[in-house]
Amino acid sequence: MAEKITIGELHLSGCTGCLVTLADNYEGLFKLLDDYADLAYALTLVDVRHVPEMDVCLVEGSCCLDDKLSVEELKEARAKSKVLVAYGGCAAYGNITRFCRGGQWNQPGQEAYVPISEVVDVDLFLPSCPPCPQAVRNVAVMAFLLLRGNDEQKKLATAYLTPLMQLAQRGNEACGCDLMYDVINQGLCMGCGTCAGTCPVRAITMEYGKPNVNRDLCIKCGACYAQCPRSWFNFDVMNNYEGIMDAIRGAME
Amino acid sequence: MQSVEPWSEVRKMDVLGNYKSVISARSTDRDILKKAQDGGIITTLFAYALEEGIIDGAIVAGPGDEPWKPEPMVVTTKAELLAAAGTRYTISPNLSLIKEATRSYGLDRVGIVGTPCQIQAVRKAQVYPIGMRDVDDKIALALGIFCMENLSYQALEAMVEDHCNQKMESVTKMDIGKGKFTVYTERGAVAQMPLKLIHKYVQPGCNVCLDYVANLADISSGSVGSPDGWSTVFVRSTKGNTVWDGAIKAGFFETKPMDQVKPGLDLVKKLATDKITKNQKNVDARKTIGLKADGTPKGLRNPYESP
Repeated sequence: MAEKITIGELHLSGCTGCLVTLADNYEGLFKLLDDYADLAYALTLVDVRHVPEMDVCLVEGSCCLDDKLSVEELKEARAKSKVLVAYGGCAAYGNITRFCRGGQWNQPGQEAYVPISEVVDVDLFLPSCPPCPQAVRNVAVMAFLLLRGNDEQKKLATAYLTPLMQLAQRGNEACGCDLMYDVINQGLCMGCGTCAGTCPVRAITMEYGKPNVNRDLCIKCGACYAQCPRSWFNFDVMNNYEGIMDAIRGAME
Repeated sequence: MQSVEPWSEVRKMDVLGNYKSVISARSTDRDILKKAQDGGIITTLFAYALEEGIIDGAIVAGPGDEPWKPEPMVVTTKAELLAAAGTRYTISPNLSLIKEATRSYGLDRVGIVGTPCQIQAVRKAQVYPIGMRDVDDKIALALGIFCMENLSYQALEAMVEDHCNQKMESVTKMDIGKGKFTVYTERGAVAQMPLKLIHKYVQPGCNVCLDYVANLADISSGSVGSPDGWSTVFVRSTKGNTVWDGAIKAGFFETKPMDQVKPGLDLVKKLATDKITKNQKNVDARKTIGLKADGTPKGLRNPYESP
């Protein structure tokens, strides 16, 4: 067994749902921590006070510009990690914090919240609110293969992680409107219903085979677009879905 | 960490995808055959899987609130399955119920039927379960149906009511085959239109689809290649193989070897090649559809390259 990688979670302006999601892998979390990754840093889970060196840093929450510590810690995490992940809708796209205009108890002076990529370079996006336990598990296993695996495993991990890295380059604005702008308007929607099934707040219904987004309900988490098979569909990975799922299942046994 | 298969051997699928076996088959269940589009493969497989406890329920295209408009539904009994049997030539967004089935209904083993693009969506939901909590290991059986292209409900209405001059509610069956769209009422096959006339009604998303026979399904099926009343069946995954073998042993299907039926596998291969060649051209044409200021082409977004 190769040496474990180190993973940390930096908690900025988020609700802790992303961290709970990591723990929601239940015994899978123990397996991850036993064989693949040491948890180097995480609010509530690890007694480490200061941002350490990490292979992978999962950043939860958007960055409050009115909170100097958030900005400093985010920069420090960037400097000290090999792979920086915007973990969840808030870190990637702002999510619900996009609606903040200050005045809230108990920090009424804090009103400027930005996706973390406004402040630091981000390597990989893992959207949704929260992301699924299985998604962060897969990314953790793939990060292990990328950093510790043999050549074949590195190729697999690179192919797997590529679209999530491309997502980080696409921009930090997400909305149910993406389904209009980047799927339907582009002539790519075929009405499968994935977006409606994915939406964590049930803002999307399928009307006559196409998504209809209730924009008052949309929290801008980015799940619908990332999950859409017409946002990306990488045949090199997907044609090997059986092998990849077996490998991940095998890794978690 | 168990070894991953050599990644350098990235699977280049041919137009029919990877499969373990292909066979012509028909259900042995008369109730199903009465309602089925062709050989009743999907309905019978789900009936078998429900009976054996391979699945707790299935997401299918059930009856909707307008005639011939499907509504995705979760079924858990054979009676509900039968109510959903048969083809409706318009979109049923079955993926919209995937978390409903696994979470609201609490099903641990879900069956789902879909067109090739919908099966792609199922696999993406499993391999990249970004917003698909607790879904990946609960898809117990993904059945695919052959699909050349799909139509919006309004397009289907235009075909039936404008071109074929029939009321939607009086139609008893619609069928596509031998180059024609045929409408049946209680008086029999009353109207037909050539398939080439429906091209303008096809939803745009179908024009970039590179899959005809649901390459990523556990088992996929369609009428093409087999005689009337029979279906062609591709058994693809390890899971699909186990289910198919079990259903055959239990007597749910009668079968004929593919090389002994007309028109046979060559027609499936021809139609798959035609579709993929045409749509690959469309995908390529999108790359140079526009014009940049420097005179070079400007392209649209390509989902097969990046998000």
